[in-house]
Amino acid sequence: MIPLSWYLFVAAILFCLGLYGVISRRNAVAILMSVELMLNAVNINLIAFWRYLAPEESTGLAWAIFVLAVAAAEAAIGLALIISIYRQRDSVIAEELDTLKY
Amino acid sequence: MTITFQQIVFIAISAFTIISAWIVVTNRNLFHAAIALMASFAGVAGLYILLEAGFLAASQLLVYIGAISILIMFAIMMTRRLMQTAESPYNLQWKWGIVAAFLIFILLAVLIFQTWPADTYAAPPVQSPAALRGSVTDLGIALVSVDQYVLPFEVASVLLLAALVGAIVIAWPEDDR
Amino acid sequence: MTFDIVEFLESIVNLAIFDYLSEIWADDLPSWLINGVSDLAGVLIICTFNLLIVLFLIWFERKIIARIQDRIGPNRVGGRYGLLQSVADAMKLMTKEDLTPAGADKIAFNLAPLIVVIAALMMWAVIPFAPGVIGTNLNVGVFYILAISSVSVVALILAGWGSNNKYALLGAFRSVAQLVSYEVPMIMALLIPIILAGSMSTQRIVIEQSVWYVFVVPLSALIFFISALAELGRTPFDLLEAESEIVAGYHIEYSGMKFAMFFLAEFIATLFMSALFATIYLGGWRGPGAVEYPILGLIYFSLKVFFVYFMFVWIRGTLPRVRIDQLLNLNWKFLVPLVLALILVVALVDKLMVNADDWTRAAALLLSNIVLGLVALDFVRRHARRQRLDADEVELVEESVEAQPVSSAAH
Repeated sequence: MIPLSWYLFVAAILFCLGLYGVISRRNAVAILMSVELMLNAVNINLIAFWRYLAPEESTGLAWAIFVLAVAAAEAAIGLALIISIYRQRDSVIAEELDTLKY
Repeated sequence: MTITFQQIVFIAISAFTIISAWIVVTNRNLFHAAIALMASFAGVAGLYILLEAGFLAASQLLVYIGAISILIMFAIMMTRRLMQTAESPYNLQWKWGIVAAFLIFILLAVLIFQTWPADTYAAPPVQSPAALRGSVTDLGIALVSVDQYVLPFEVASVLLLAALVGAIVIAWPEDDR
Repeated sequence: MTFDIVEFLESIVNLAIFDYLSEIWADDLPSWLINGVSDLAGVLIICTFNLLIVLFLIWFERKIIARIQDRIGPNRVGGRYGLLQSVADAMKLMTKEDLTPAGADKIAFNLAPLIVVIAALMMWAVIPFAPGVIGTNLNVGVFYILAISSVSVVALILAGWGSNNKYALLGAFRSVAQLVSYEVPMIMALLIPIILAGSMSTQRIVIEQSVWYVFVVPLSALIFFISALAELGRTPFDLLEAESEIVAGYHIEYSGMKFAMFFLAEFIATLFMSALFATIYLGGWRGPGAVEYPILGLIYFSLKVFFVYFMFVWIRGTLPRVRIDQLLNLNWKFLVPLVLALILVVALVDKLMVNADDWTRAAALLLSNIVLGLVALDFVRRHARRQRLDADEVELVEESVEAQPVSSAAH
């Protein structure tokens, strides 16, 4: 059988890859994709804990569903923002969006 | 220690998921990164199936691949003039990114293997298939019963509605608002 | 147990051949091998059946369309009924040159036809062919179907983008817009049988249908049928391809076997939608004697599936194509509000009649459906009348504007 720690380990790798992407990518769409990876890692954890520690309660599943809903809302708003920024600044490179600095 | 069939499946799916995720964060071609992101989502759905959460696996396919990936691909196509640039896909702080991600990974790994050692949490508690099958019904009831999650459920629906309206307003062209 | 030819034949008739064989081999072979092999064999049978039936479906559709349009249809290859016409077509497609356009995104271009076919085949896993004969009886069966069908939408974007052709990309945008919009009424229409059966498992839905759901909730069946037509991109919603008006759409750059795969997936998906409609609204394998003799259930099921398929073809031969604004208006202004109201009404009536027996409940639901349908029709009639009046007014104003200078010049 598969130990719980394996799932958590895979989720940790996924989370850290997403974190690396968020910190280091230049393109805003790529940053958003990395955020989605991190949310997925969190969901794996929620489901693994549900199955191993409390399978008779629906807490883990319910939380995973809420994360899913938040991820969908986040993607819709984030991409709308990116498209709007692209229209105004002709760029989706996160570093070049620096109007607030001046 | 012998490796069971289930473990082989787990390792294959995890490797698939992680390699796809690696392509997502490193590939220069954003469209290929989006395809890899889809593959990664599918791999996570596979992990859910291994965890006997079929409902979540189907939701994962429906929401992440059927909706979010398509949105991301649309966004990539609409901003595509920047895709073929020869510049680095990384910003100046990518080295610090590696350091931070690696340190957090070490921290998480130590925590995981100390708190949930592989020999004590070796297998999920045995549940009858009927009980696991009933978990979808339980989930449905939990989401609408007053003493459980009806408030978060309603808030989530309001959030989605707000996101729907907000996305339309934000992305509407300025000149014909 | 030893092999016995009579029992073997009996198990074939009872559609329990794998159960029989695994009983025979249970002593000699480990159980995981038997299960693995029988699962694999089941997958192979369903997939091969689907891939081969397409040859027949193409012939069937061409013959019926020809009959509707007062032609003869295929009549040369394979006898006077042209039975081998599709085999010849398939051979032609397979021997054609396989072109990849210059500058194509090879990964996306090659992945797209694969995903389409795999998704179309995967959906068959939860269709109950007869009592006890089902790929896998998932407790989230209907949800699984919706999830898989949403995956095939991604393939269209891959095809459109991978082709490096602006017409393919435009076609992909068009297709995705239509498919994603019509997914909404389809999912909500499917919710109604789920509410009535109290389960998302397809097998359970069939078992619960002591009265066929098409007679209990005809509005839901109608909405599902319309959105299935749109999901499949068939006439009258075939603006995605519209071969008489525009270029083909997302698969314009595909040739040879890859094009054949899109074609194949389209036919498999159409047959699948017929099977889903038969399962959810026409009682699946239900019929006299189906539980005792599973083979009868299989026959009933096939008859129902081909009847629905015939309806799809019939509509293709009868209705003209709609315009894009009509397509979107029908979806967002008619089907979605109607199905939302229907969910409310059905849930309410079902809750109120919870103690009544099956027939009373079905009658009450049918009545509420008819009332709701009439109300909806009345709305549509008023709306159409108002639109006609508006159009008349605009015309009158235009006429008077045109008439003015002429009359002043005459003075």
